[in-house]
Amino acid sequence: MGMTVVEKILARASGLALVKAGDVVEPRVDLAMSHENAALVINQFKEVYEGSGREATPWDSSRIAIIFDHRVPAESPKTATNQKKIREFVAQHGIAKFHDVRGDVGGICHQILPEYGYVRPGFVVVGTDSHTTSHGALGAFSFGIGATEMASVWTLGFAVNVEVPATIKVVVSGEFSEFVGPKDLILHLIGTLTAQGANFRAIEFHGETIRKMSTSGRLVICNMSVEAGATSGIVPGDQETLRYLREEAGVTDEITLTTPDPDAVYERVVEIDINTLTPQIACPHMVDNVKPIAEVVGTKVHQIVIGSCTNGRLDDLAMAADILRGKKVAQDVRMLVFPASGRIFGQALDLGYVHDLMKAGAVVMNSGCGPCLGVHEGALGDDETALSTTNRNFKGRMGNPKSGVYLCSPAVAAASAITGVITDPRQGGK
Amino acid sequence: MAKVIIKLGADISTDDIYPGRYMATVLPTETPAFCFADRTEFNTRLKAKAFEPGSIILGGENFGCGSSREQAASAINGYGLVVVAQNISRIFLQNAINLGLRVVICPTIDAEEGHELTLEPTEVVNLTTGKRFPIQPLPPARQAIIDAGGLIPYTRQRMQPV
Ligand code: SF4
Repeated sequence: MGMTVVEKILARASGLALVKAGDVVEPRVDLAMSHENAALVINQFKEVYEGSGREATPWDSSRIAIIFDHRVPAESPKTATNQKKIREFVAQHGIAKFHDVRGDVGGICHQILPEYGYVRPGFVVVGTDSHTTSHGALGAFSFGIGATEMASVWTLGFAVNVEVPATIKVVVSGEFSEFVGPKDLILHLIGTLTAQGANFRAIEFHGETIRKMSTSGRLVICNMSVEAGATSGIVPGDQETLRYLREEAGVTDEITLTTPDPDAVYERVVEIDINTLTPQIACPHMVDNVKPIAEVVGTKVHQIVIGSCTNGRLDDLAMAADILRGKKVAQDVRMLVFPASGRIFGQALDLGYVHDLMKAGAVVMNSGCGPCLGVHEGALGDDETALSTTNRNFKGRMGNPKSGVYLCSPAVAAASAITGVITDPRQGGK
Repeated sequence: MAKVIIKLGADISTDDIYPGRYMATVLPTETPAFCFADRTEFNTRLKAKAFEPGSIILGGENFGCGSSREQAASAINGYGLVVVAQNISRIFLQNAINLGLRVVICPTIDAEEGHELTLEPTEVVNLTTGKRFPIQPLPPARQAIIDAGGLIPYTRQRMQPV
C-alpha cells in the first residue's frame, strides 16, 4: 500500500517503514518555531524540569527558531518584558535562528522560515502558531501546536502521540484570469470544504496549476489550509521548491524531495478548475462565509489592509503598487500596508513600490503581524469594516468585536482602496 | 450533575474565547480574567464565580477553531469548567488535554442553558429532558496524556533517565 507525502515524512521521522492514516507516531522534529509566545513555552519548559534536579536545556538549540512578530515593536511593558525574557533565554542557550525586532532580518515567522532556508522538503516542523501550516509550501509536514506541547518538544526532541492525519487530495487545473490568484483559490476551497471540513486532516495540493505556482503562491494556500481546520497543507516538493531554496533562500546543501506514492490512499479527492474562478471574498465573521465578489461589490469599507503572512510578500506589494500607482486612496478610507519581512520591505523600497503606495496615501508600516490580530495597531472603530488580505475574520479579530472584516486578495484590496467600496479589480477603480 | 451555564453556537474561535489583545498575558493564574472577554455579560458572571465548579460550557461544531493560543484552554480551565461540544478543533482539543481541561465530544448533544447534565463515561445525560447522547471517545493517543494528568507530567515520564 502506498503512502501520501505526509505519511512518508512521518514514517521517516519516526523510524518506521510504513505508516498509515490513524497510526500514532512520535516523529523527530526538524524545526520548532515560536514567536513571542516563547515566553509561555519557556515557563512550561522550566516547569517540566521543576524538581528534577536537572537544568532545563533544549534538546537541540540549532533546531529552535524564535521570531518576534506579533507585537513589534512592543506595544506594552508586558510584551517588552516577555521579549526581554526570551532574548535572555536565546542568549543562554545559543539559539541562532532568532530574529529580533529589526528592519533588516526581522519579519513574520511564516515568512522568515522559508526566506532563510530554515525549512526543507521532508521536514517535520512544529510551531506555536496555527498558521505553521504555511511551511507545507516547501514540502514539509508542518503543523501548529500549543505552548505546552512545544515545551515537550524542546525537552524530548520529538512530538508525542501524533496521529497520522488522513489526507484530502486537492487537484487544481486551469489558468488564473487576470487579477485572480492563489488567495482566491484558497478562499474558494475553504468555502467548499467549510471551516471544519479538514479538521484532523492534511491537504495535499496537486495539479498543473500548483506545479506552475510560485512558492509565494503556495505559501498562501498552505497558510490558509488551517482555516479549513487542516492539520497541515502541503505541496510536495518539486523543481520550484528547489529553485526557491537555492535562488531565494540561498540554500547550498543537499535537498531531497519527497513525493507521494502513485497508489497512496486519500480520504477524498477534490478537483478544482480555476479557469472561471472570479475574485473571492470571505465575509464577516467566518472565513468559510465565502462569496464571489459580484455578490458584495459596492460594500463600504473603512480600512484596507495589505500584508500578513498570507499576502505581505513582494508579488502582493507589486500588485498593489501597480494598481495604485498614480492614483489616490479614497478620502474616507485608511490604507495600511505591512510587508511580511524586512527583506521584502527592502526589496519593495528598491523597486519603488513603497514610494508608489505612500504617494497614493497608504500608511506603510513595519513588517510584523501588525493589524492582523488586532493587538497592536490598526484597530477598527465600532461598526467599521475592513477589507484585508489577512487570513482570519472572526469577530473581534481586528481588535474590536463591534467591527467586521472581509478577506480578499491584494488585487481586490488595492482596487477597493481607490473607491472606498469593495471593487472588482477586473473592472478597476475610478 | 452539572449545569449548562452558556450555550454557544458553531465555530467558536479562540479569538472569541481569549481575544488576541490579551495574549501577552500568559500565566494560567492570570488568563481566566480575560476568558470570553468580549462577551461582557458572561465574562462578568465568570469573574464573579456565579456558578458551581464543573459547570458546562456547551459548544456546537468546530469549537476552538483558529489560533493555537493556549490561553484559550487555560482561561476556561482556571474556572474549573468543562467544555461539551459537538466537535472540537484539533489544536484546541490538544491544548485542553495538555493542560488538563476536561473536554467532552458529543456530536448529537441537545441541551439549553440552565439544563442539568451528567457526564457518564460513554454518554451525556440531559436530566432536564431525560435524553441521552453518546460521547465520542478521545483517540487513545490522547488518553495517555490525560491519564498522566496533562502533558507536563507525561513529558516528565518520558524524559530519559540521567
Ligand atoms: S500575520 Fe496574522 S496570521 Fe500571520 S502569524 Fe501574524 S498574527 Fe498570525
